[in-house]
Amino acid sequence: MRRTHTPDPFEEDALDPLDASDPRQTPLDIGHGAPQARVIEPSSVATPALTRDAPLVPVDSAASRALMAVIAILTFLAALCAGAAEIVAANSSAWRASVAREATIQIRPRAQIDIEALVAQAAALARETPGVAAAEPYSAEESAQLLEPWLGAGLDLGELPVPRLVVVRLEPGADPDFTALRAALADIPGASLDDHGQWIARLSAMANTVVAVGVALVVLVLVAAGLAVAFATRGAMAGNREIVEVLHYVGADDGFIAREFQNRFLRMGLKGAAIGGGLAVLLFALFGRLSASWRASPAGDQIEALFGGFEVGWRGAAVIVVIALAVSGVTAIVSGLSVKRMLAGASQ
Amino acid sequence: MKDEFDDLDDDAPPPLLDTDAEDIPVVHFENVGVRYGLGPEILRDLTFSIGPRSFQFLTGPSGAGKTTLLRLMLMSIAPTRGLVTIFGEEVSRIDKEGLTGLRRRMGVVFQDFRLLDHLTLYENVALPLRVQGREDASYRAEVTELLDWVGLGRRMHVMPPVLSGGEKQRAAIARALITQPELLLADEPTGNVDPGLARRLLRLFIELNRLGTSVVIATHDLTLMDLVDARRLVLGDGHLLIDE
Repeated sequence: MRRTHTPDPFEEDALDPLDASDPRQTPLDIGHGAPQARVIEPSSVATPALTRDAPLVPVDSAASRALMAVIAILTFLAALCAGAAEIVAANSSAWRASVAREATIQIRPRAQIDIEALVAQAAALARETPGVAAAEPYSAEESAQLLEPWLGAGLDLGELPVPRLVVVRLEPGADPDFTALRAALADIPGASLDDHGQWIARLSAMANTVVAVGVALVVLVLVAAGLAVAFATRGAMAGNREIVEVLHYVGADDGFIAREFQNRFLRMGLKGAAIGGGLAVLLFALFGRLSASWRASPAGDQIEALFGGFEVGWRGAAVIVVIALAVSGVTAIVSGLSVKRMLAGASQ
Repeated sequence: MKDEFDDLDDDAPPPLLDTDAEDIPVVHFENVGVRYGLGPEILRDLTFSIGPRSFQFLTGPSGAGKTTLLRLMLMSIAPTRGLVTIFGEEVSRIDKEGLTGLRRRMGVVFQDFRLLDHLTLYENVALPLRVQGREDASYRAEVTELLDWVGLGRRMHVMPPVLSGGEKQRAAIARALITQPELLLADEPTGNVDPGLARRLLRLFIELNRLGTSVVIATHDLTLMDLVDARRLVLGDGHLLIDE
């Protein structure tokens, strides 16, 4: 009388729950038709592996691919900035080194004074200074040659008060006492010493500025990556709200859920950063090749004289790797923190 | 029929520990009221207890607040007034770690199953153990055996979207049982299956109850409830009537 409802397709083999003599020993056959002995099927044999280490929050959404592209682009830009700064820093130290290996004594001609004697005297004084390898006076002809690009050839410079130069080459690593030399040169009328300190200071300032701008850009990129990840995490949390809820119900704590998201974002960050950083390294390698092929031409020589080589070198590559790792790290940390914050703010 | 069930109930294994802790109700509500926002109270003045190793139906017309009451027990919503005590702990005073600890002692079967569609059946059933940080090797045999037991041994590599309603139902039940919870909450666990399977699932819950789990089944299926002479918590008009 109880079963006056629709015909039951399982009626024949359906066991009335209360007819079972002892349910603890009766196989609970659910939906498989005829009752059968409780045999554990060898279901784990010849089947795919049970664990795929599948992430608990799904990964293949369009949003996560977009985030990966953003991370790749940001890493690429940061790597370009850092690589350029590294090139400038490396070249400027080369420039500084070569500029610092020389000093110049300038002697301005005065009426009724034999300038040749003064030049010889200045060169002799320079040679006596410890740490000086050589002091080579430019002859009048050489001075004229220096001015040729501006004044043209064939001019008689004898009538013009053209200053004369003594190039002082320093021994490698030496730190000569320029103050003493400058004091000694004070006795020579019209002589002055230029130790290139002003140039070096300017070059250093320029190089430091470029490096500082590079560092600032890298920091900005990291901040931008962090913000993008924070928003993407919020989106992912909202999109996977049901999953997060189920995870809570089955006993997951906030830390577990945050780690799941963090691992997912770390993986995405590593992939994106590897793509961006790899592209930047490739681009620098390409520039290096191009500049090497230009080097043969006069234009290439000039470019190289101005900007130095384009190779980023091992240090540059290391900087790019560090940036890529930093971007991935920021990605993971920011996503973990955002998830924890969101879960802490949630009602449950 | 009813007498048989009573007999079986008497056959239930005696509690292993005869201590006071055994007698603490699994769930205790006192003057609990719930309202959403500024609306009227959906549940009013609920006072009842669910004892350890007890079996009861929660019933009432659609919209009477069955799911809301289950959510209160699940601690996914807080009561607007009154006291809710789960496993002897007052819910409003526990922190998040405590909440997680309590939830690990209960299993829940949702009306809409809530299996994770991107995980295999095996992974879904193993989820409560995985979130506790256990290694796969330590629970593989357990999960495989439980899946075999509910008749899904051959389907454990399948993703939920290709399963039938009944299969999903059994998978959801297996997920709720894998941790051997002290309290099982099931929301319309037979709502999506044919009557024959519904009876088999009911038997599964009865057997679970014999093994010591308190079971609460929310249903409005009178036919199902007539199969078992169990306590009925009847919700209507926001109030609760208890039909012992």
